Amino acid sequence: MKETAVRNPSVAVDLAARPASEARSKATLRQLLGPLQVLISPLVLLLVWEGAARAGWIETKFFPAPSTILAQFWTMLFTHGFWVDLGLSLQRLLIGLLMGAVPGLLLGLAMGLFRPIRIAFQPLIAALYPLPKIAILPLILLIFGLGEMSKYVIVAIGVFFLMTLNTFAGVMSIRPIYFDVAKNLGASRWQTYFTVALPGALPGILTGLRICTGLGLLLLVAAEFVGADAGIGYRIWWSWSVFWVEPMYVGLAVIAILGFAFAYLIDFAERLLFPWLRNPSR
Amino acid sequence: MTTEPKVIVRDVERTFDVRRRAFRALEGVTLDVQRNEFLCIVGPSGCGKSTLLRMLGNLEKPSSGLLQIHHESAQRPLSAMIFQEESVFPWMTVAQNAAYGVKITGTWRGPESQRRVDELLEKAGLSRFRDFYPHQLSGGMKQRLSLVRAWATSPELLLLDEPFAALDEQNKALLQQELVKLWEEYRSTVVFITHSLEEAVLLGDRVAVMTSAPGRIKEVVSVPFERPRALASLRRSGEFNQLVTGLWESLREEVERARAAELRALAGRVPETASGGAR
Ligand SMILES: Nc1ncnc2c1ncn2[C@@H]1O[C@H](COP(=O)(O)OP(=O)(O)O)[C@@H](O)[C@H]1O
Ligand SMILES: [Mg+2]
Repeated sequence: MKETAVRNPSVAVDLAARPASEARSKATLRQLLGPLQVLISPLVLLLVWEGAARAGWIETKFFPAPSTILAQFWTMLFTHGFWVDLGLSLQRLLIGLLMGAVPGLLLGLAMGLFRPIRIAFQPLIAALYPLPKIAILPLILLIFGLGEMSKYVIVAIGVFFLMTLNTFAGVMSIRPIYFDVAKNLGASRWQTYFTVALPGALPGILTGLRICTGLGLLLLVAAEFVGADAGIGYRIWWSWSVFWVEPMYVGLAVIAILGFAFAYLIDFAERLLFPWLRNPSR
Repeated sequence: MTTEPKVIVRDVERTFDVRRRAFRALEGVTLDVQRNEFLCIVGPSGCGKSTLLRMLGNLEKPSSGLLQIHHESAQRPLSAMIFQEESVFPWMTVAQNAAYGVKITGTWRGPESQRRVDELLEKAGLSRFRDFYPHQLSGGMKQRLSLVRAWATSPELLLLDEPFAALDEQNKALLQQELVKLWEEYRSTVVFITHSLEEAVLLGDRVAVMTSAPGRIKEVVSVPFERPRALASLRRSGEFNQLVTGLWESLREEVERARAAELRALAGRVPETASGGAR
């Protein structure tokens, strides 16, 4: 955008980088389709796999052809059990995410904004964060039993640390001058929170959310392997124990699709809700 | 009406801890800013101008000394500052940025305030960019937006830190006029930092010259010209040129001293006087 655009209205209209509202419809389509490009390389892989399986180059007992898996997927779509598994896993994942992300967000913001809280919590978080959360799964199962709560909790714990650290980093990366602007104008603590700290930390928060869905899925599947009698993770484990690999691959595919769908949704929401994030001024 | 100054600065000192050592940025600064005065401050870079202004804007505290600012009307915010660096919020549109000051200072009065914000946006040439985000604007436009954000609040004390340094000549001239008009209309007190001596004499009732670091007020010069002033005709007057030349001499001494100090610091115990505005 040229400085000259300002005093010459006719030029301004032509040259103007589009205001968010006007270009939305066109941009929305591109935003919708853009992420689908990532499908290209998996599709190529599947084609090679299919060919190799049909040619008998790979052991189909372990690596059934994608078409076989797809057929299995299709029949499973019409079973009640599949939807129960999917529904349960989704519910566990979403509740766990919520239970972990909200407190993590609040603590991260507080750590970024208030020195005493930072000093109190930073060492603790730093010490606990690298601990692989799967390692405490037995403890969680012991405390919360085999019911739903243990699944929520293991997902929530993993998500909590990630969210705390990413939000904290997000707040710390805000240029101090933005706080100066608010302070000079006499903004209250809450005003500063909502007009500077929260929006300024959004890039960090969204990064956190993206990683969190991945980690949440991982922890959930692990928990369902050992401590559940339903759910996608349980189904994968069960397929192994009865040595019937097709449903196992269906389970893996569902997990992959879930991971992809979450990443896609977050990306899409981000572009729609926070258009400035894609092009932050430095 | 009292004749008490709007701002009283007495013997103010400000030291920073730079790598565990006390670095004195300001020393014995004494200065009055009269009510409704337009005061310009010039000084070599790194002499503490921004630090002094930040103190007036409640962003920095003096290490010692007295600093008093009178807040007269609850209807108007005490101060609004325009920063040297880029300071508009990337997460707000032009319109939101422009209204931010008025909303946050609690002086928002509905449509009346909106009209004022719109009017200022128009004057700053930003009307048709209302729905844009800052990353879609040029540097000059962003700076103009931060002017609008501060001006819209009609503060009692308007603090400007080299606000026009990044603007082209035409925009600068337009906004200088606009600033003077606002100042006359709203009866604000203005403290204006600039490195342009012509600008200081064009705009100011008085011009304060600061010494090189640690900064003090070296002298304060009154500007005798009637308003409205126009740069073109001022430039033709001998008195104007004399004034600018006098300031220039005064400042040159300080710049040379600052350079000598930098050289000495470089040669001797390394970075004690790490001046140059590194923040
Ligand atoms: N927060 C700070 N911490 C350490 N040093 C600072 C800080 N703020 C300013 N200084 C130092 O104080 C001196 C004056 O800075 P500043 O007020 O920005 O000067 P000016 O605006 O006149 O160029 C500089 O040497 C700068 O490095
Ligand atoms: Mg400065």
